[in-house]
Amino acid sequence: MNSDSDVYIVADNIISPLGSTTAENFSKLKQNISAVKEHDNPKISSKPFYASMFDGYEPFKKDNNYTTFEQLLIASVSEALQDSGIDARDKKTVLIISSTKGNISLLETETYSTVLKKRIALPTSAKLVAEYFGFSNPPVIISNACISGVLAIITGMRLLRTGQYENAVIAGADVITKFILSGFESFQALSPNICKPFDRSRDGLNLGEGAATIILSTDKKYKEPRTYGIKVKGGSVSNDANHISGPSRTGKELAYAVNKAMLDADVSASHIDFISAHGTATVYNDEMEANAFHLAGLQAVPLNSLKGYYGHTLGAAGLIESVISVHSLKQDLVLPTIGFEEPDVTNPLNICATQLPLKATNFLKTTSGFGGCNAAVVIGK
Amino acid sequence: MSVEKYITAGCIITKGIIYKDGTSVFENTHDNVEGVLASIYQYFRFHYPKYYKMDNLCKLGWLAAEILVKDSFQKENYQPEEVGLVLANANSSLDDDLKYFETTKEVSSPSLFVYTLPNIVIGEICIRNNFKGEHAFFIQDTFDAGFIEKQVNYLLDNNILQACICGWVDVVEQDYKAVLFLVEKKESEKSVRFSAENMERCFKNAGS
Repeated sequence: MNSDSDVYIVADNIISPLGSTTAENFSKLKQNISAVKEHDNPKISSKPFYASMFDGYEPFKKDNNYTTFEQLLIASVSEALQDSGIDARDKKTVLIISSTKGNISLLETETYSTVLKKRIALPTSAKLVAEYFGFSNPPVIISNACISGVLAIITGMRLLRTGQYENAVIAGADVITKFILSGFESFQALSPNICKPFDRSRDGLNLGEGAATIILSTDKKYKEPRTYGIKVKGGSVSNDANHISGPSRTGKELAYAVNKAMLDADVSASHIDFISAHGTATVYNDEMEANAFHLAGLQAVPLNSLKGYYGHTLGAAGLIESVISVHSLKQDLVLPTIGFEEPDVTNPLNICATQLPLKATNFLKTTSGFGGCNAAVVIGK
Repeated sequence: MSVEKYITAGCIITKGIIYKDGTSVFENTHDNVEGVLASIYQYFRFHYPKYYKMDNLCKLGWLAAEILVKDSFQKENYQPEEVGLVLANANSSLDDDLKYFETTKEVSSPSLFVYTLPNIVIGEICIRNNFKGEHAFFIQDTFDAGFIEKQVNYLLDNNILQACICGWVDVVEQDYKAVLFLVEKKESEKSVRFSAENMERCFKNAGS
């Protein structure tokens, strides 16, 4: 079904420790290579930790006007825009930025002042990125914990559906430094090894840094199924209204968002061919998600979590994992859940432990985060 | 698809003064932010033990939301999923970020870390009122009423929500401002049409 408001995925990019293009990233994932490894960096943590991190990411070494966070966004948007046919300067194009903590690491190296306050503020980064490419519209910035990336895709889809814009360049990034790592350590949420999403003995998450970009358009020229033809079909957001740092006990609210996203996409549970779950590998998140997928009638659908490859990339997570899943659609290959070995018997799901060749039409991407937020999006052919 | 929407209540907290529906209802212009927030909580005789663990951004947003819905919102007319929030500010959770970061020099505080995200204030308001609908937190240099209007319109026009709290909540150290609007599809005695212009006007009246 095609209609005037169909929102097509035109181009994408992932920048992670595994590579600087989506193709490089997908190829590494196909080889079961994880970016998560042990780091021993006293500047960040007093003890060794597992995470997916760049070792000194400086693509523009000579230009120190941009922070690492901004460099990641610029590099990701730049690669995605290349050969996309989308003009950043066009009045019909909007930039959407997703991040949880942006430039917060500046607190670790600079003295706090009104100047630094302004430098840390996300609108400053968004403006610098927008100016770099010459975007003529003011950028939209979303900071909504771990659902930021998926919420950015949903927001972009809606801005295009209403005809306010024709193209949306959606980019997300987060950088892991002492601020974020120490917080998750204090929460005792970090796994002492590579994380094990949905595994019976899962013991916490890994953090990861990275950036990703998805470019959306309603321009009919992107309808061509051989080259493009993949659409953002529908999305939804919900709140648990239960606890600010723990997920819902029932999963009812994520299930609500999933059902609403499917309704918005005009598909039912039987049309979802695979799920890219949030799967952080914390005991409570994965259990809540399993409950939600049962409630939504999706328990038999092949599912993966990519956290074992990338760790939890926070504001980039929803984007990175959606991009990988878009390429799973294109390459008829669902990637495995690294770290998953033994199912959790109380909530059986169809978790991909190995690569699954699959001619899929639609996938569901979900995320959940602090503040009780849940977001779900349906992407498909 | 577009339906008429109304601002059925408004609450502003700025410079020690609270306005409900445009009328000043409380003043405390001599205290710092902590003192002002505490005096508001006491004046309205709120009783909510969870309030004490919140950071200043959540306290400010929570108080503004309480005063906004007080005597103005018939919660029982809506399902939990039919009520949501669209909020924005300029400084994300910087106020709590600074406080949390200080603790990392000795022992990192998990109870401060959990507030280092701007959308936690949405979570606190949802927990208080059992709102389970759509929500989003945007970061904007200054309040972009036109953008917020379009976001809320989409949610209400498409029946994703039936009622929405939208507006601005920002705190950094001693600078604070909350401007919240309750938007519904039904007119009420005091309601005005929901529009960017009407939000902008309230925002400007509240000073910078």
